[in-house]
Amino acid sequence: MLREVILFSIIIIGGPAGEICMSAAMKRVGEVSDFRPMALLRVAARAAAMRQVWIGFALMALAFFGLLAMLSLENVSFVVPVTALSYAASAPGGRIFLGERITPQRWIGVALVCLGVALVCLGQG
Amino acid sequence: MTLPARAQRYRTHLLILIMVCVGPLGDTFLSDGMKRIGAPSRWNPAVLFQFFERAFTSGIVWIGIILLIAFFSAYMLALTWADFSYVQPASAMAYGVVAVLGYFLLGESVTPTRWAGVALICLGVLIVGRTPPRTTGTV
Repeated sequence: MLREVILFSIIIIGGPAGEICMSAAMKRVGEVSDFRPMALLRVAARAAAMRQVWIGFALMALAFFGLLAMLSLENVSFVVPVTALSYAASAPGGRIFLGERITPQRWIGVALVCLGVALVCLGQG
Repeated sequence: MTLPARAQRYRTHLLILIMVCVGPLGDTFLSDGMKRIGAPSRWNPAVLFQFFERAFTSGIVWIGIILLIAFFSAYMLALTWADFSYVQPASAMAYGVVAVLGYFLLGESVTPTRWAGVALICLGVLIVGRTPPRTTGTV
């Protein structure tokens, strides 16, 4: 049980955290308007020089490894729906770390996801 | 509606259909591949290294990875053609499709309680995606 909780935590927190790091880094890299190969290579080189990109990449890779390990333990019809908890984690995360205002409608969506995950876990038997 | 606009709408619908099928199919292949490999006998670094080495030399796992890459490529492409709120329901539906594929392709047992849970998750993700994408700063 503890193993599953740890693996799900890695998937649910690691994935979105990696995406946030990547997103923050790409915003600093700037908008891509020139799509010629050399220009794209320069953008890639600029991105590769940023620590945030590598942290994001490492977190996303960790989440993927967690998913592979979890799929070796449990059914896909259980694992993938539970990973929807990342939507629930991103709401308080966005509020605390990014100062986002979470609308009541979004809280309702998050509550439904949590309730759904609880039912999926109960249905695990 | 002009023909190019209609063609663009068909193109977007086709991409969304591809996303709804390809993403969950990728997860299903990953699951099948990982089930064949089996769970690690121990959770120490040496055993985990061997476990992931076997995973990344499995053809079925690679089919899953390629399908997931195709899903993300289609998702990115669709976002350049249509609004996020138009494309997002595809990712909500994916949670339901993966349960259906697990049931039919992998023969997984899905209880009515789990089906109800999956339906609530799809609805919840759909509602989260329908909220305003930006709530900070001035728009």
